[in-house]
Amino acid sequence: MAGIEVNALHKRYPDGTVAVDHVDLSIGDGELFVMLGPSGCGKTTTLRAIAGLERQTTGDIRIGDTLVNDLPPAERDIAMVFQFYALYPHLRTRDNLAFPLRAEGLPKAEVRERVEEAARLMRLGPLLDRRPRQLSGGEQQRVALARALVRRPRAFLMDEPLTNLDAELRADMRTEIKHLQGELGATMVYVTHDQVEAMSLGHRIAILNKGRVEQIGTPLEVYDRPASLFCAAFIGSPPMNLIEVEVADGKLRGQGGLVLTPPPGLPRDARLVAGVRPEALEVTEPGADGTVPARVVSAEWLGDEIIYVVDHGGERDVRVRMPPTVRFAADAKVGLRHTGGTPAVYDVRTEELVA
Amino acid sequence: MAVSVDEAVSTGPARDHSPPARRLGGRGRSGLEVALLIVLAVVMLFPVLWMIETSIKENRDVYAIPAKFFDFRVTLEHYRDVFVAPDGGRSALSVSFLNSAVVAGVSTVLATVLGVPAAWAYSRFAVKAKKDQLFFILSTRFMPPVVVVIPIFLMYRQVGLIDSKLGLILIYAAFNVPFTIWMMKGFVDEVPAEYEDAAMLDGYTRLQAFWKFTLPLLVPGIAATAVFALIFSWNEFVFAIFLTSSDDVRTAPPAIAGLIGGTTTDWGLVAAASVVFALPVLVFAYLVRKHLIAGVTLGAVRR
Repeated sequence: MAGIEVNALHKRYPDGTVAVDHVDLSIGDGELFVMLGPSGCGKTTTLRAIAGLERQTTGDIRIGDTLVNDLPPAERDIAMVFQFYALYPHLRTRDNLAFPLRAEGLPKAEVRERVEEAARLMRLGPLLDRRPRQLSGGEQQRVALARALVRRPRAFLMDEPLTNLDAELRADMRTEIKHLQGELGATMVYVTHDQVEAMSLGHRIAILNKGRVEQIGTPLEVYDRPASLFCAAFIGSPPMNLIEVEVADGKLRGQGGLVLTPPPGLPRDARLVAGVRPEALEVTEPGADGTVPARVVSAEWLGDEIIYVVDHGGERDVRVRMPPTVRFAADAKVGLRHTGGTPAVYDVRTEELVA
Repeated sequence: MAVSVDEAVSTGPARDHSPPARRLGGRGRSGLEVALLIVLAVVMLFPVLWMIETSIKENRDVYAIPAKFFDFRVTLEHYRDVFVAPDGGRSALSVSFLNSAVVAGVSTVLATVLGVPAAWAYSRFAVKAKKDQLFFILSTRFMPPVVVVIPIFLMYRQVGLIDSKLGLILIYAAFNVPFTIWMMKGFVDEVPAEYEDAAMLDGYTRLQAFWKFTLPLLVPGIAATAVFALIFSWNEFVFAIFLTSSDDVRTAPPAIAGLIGGTTTDWGLVAAASVVFALPVLVFAYLVRKHLIAGVTLGAVRR
């Protein structure tokens, strides 16, 4: 296993599209590193550049200590799992697994041993003599994972491997991948547009937007203190409430009278936006202590929680996450207050976190 | 009788694939449909039947008035005349059939060999101004071929390709390559690029990956495309009649047309030659009919 270093990666296609503007990544040995972002943000291109399937325009990629810029994919000693599983349709599971090993020219006995080991790890025993089209989507993806395993590569690259599976299976496979990664101590770069996948899998997450890295951090860091307005809007469901605030009397004051505790080190003379998670707000009976008057616009009853959309006289309605025991009808008069700690504050002009 | 590309595209599959909801309308409507279809079938098939009948009638029955539909003497002498000359040697028609086979076959192979890799490249790679290039390629098919036949004739005279099989092969290939590229691009788009990616990670070069993994999956599409190209080349008339003159180069369509005219026309021979001319295309289209439908539905429908 080895770490992966990406320095100043830039990829421009012949037709002029810039897929990756500037990306620096430092992925540790044995780390499960997730690249998260909307489609077209450059995450897949970055991954394909690491794999050697795309040649970057400029920038360096190192796997372990090796500079791999000019190495073809096969010589980079990595394995990749695709969104579409890419199992060879004419080969049985057994031969699909053995294929990369035979291509390497390993002796037969070792091929058999490694195939059996991977099949045991992914519990593929009964599927070994079937062809891809006789397998379900989940089974195909397990075979694809096993095919990556048999190589014993220095790193695994995963390109949205769970996107084609249905929700329940996706959760199972997520657990399985995480478990596997931990057991093997494998370096894994995992690309996804699904924030739940990113949060639950990643040791660290890189959020990409328009070919640039917006933030790199642990899931908690990324959730608690999004580095930019883009990250704030991207992570979390429902996303952060972005409330325009002014500093007055040592407090952050939003429209409609909402008062927040200011973090230290706020810049002067900047237009500011506070990012407030839906669970950092509270809907109460009208007139309760420290609340501002508000009105319930709508309520989503999700069973384990209720998402209230509340109009408190601000520019935008805010979303509030409440336990299912706190019930208000739509249009009810309520009170709204902030209960969390100091919020993340952004400069409207630079769109970046200032405090 | 000629099976043109357009006919092959528009008839069979469209009807089969009409959604069930459209078939609502009760017994009266379906009765009307059947009646209309019968009328259409008679109109379409009568010339074919008449051609086949004429080809096996004796000459006096061919010219009989009133026309004889059933009670005529069956003879195969017209078919013999297609292949054997009166002096016992090979007839000019048989030579032209052979020319047709060579010209259609070689030009189809050429168009396929050039068009399939091009389609793959357009499907897989980010090419500069890809859409404009593809539009340009398609635009060469916008005009009817007859528009360019005079300039082509003059150019061919200049370079000495007039009245040669090579000249016909090149011009047919030139007309089939754009068609092949467009049709094959649809098929290549359907084959996930991940197969090649996975193969490259397994140690193959890009070309090997294409050859070993993508190409086998494209075989049905290539078959369908090649049949269309073959039918186009086999049926082509305008270039053939303008660019060839001698009997040993001329292909079947102008050769058959040349039988008509003069003082008398041997309609039995014309009919027999036409049947022989239509048979290979019909047999071939029948053999690959599944692929033809696949070609129409898969290659033509854009995602």
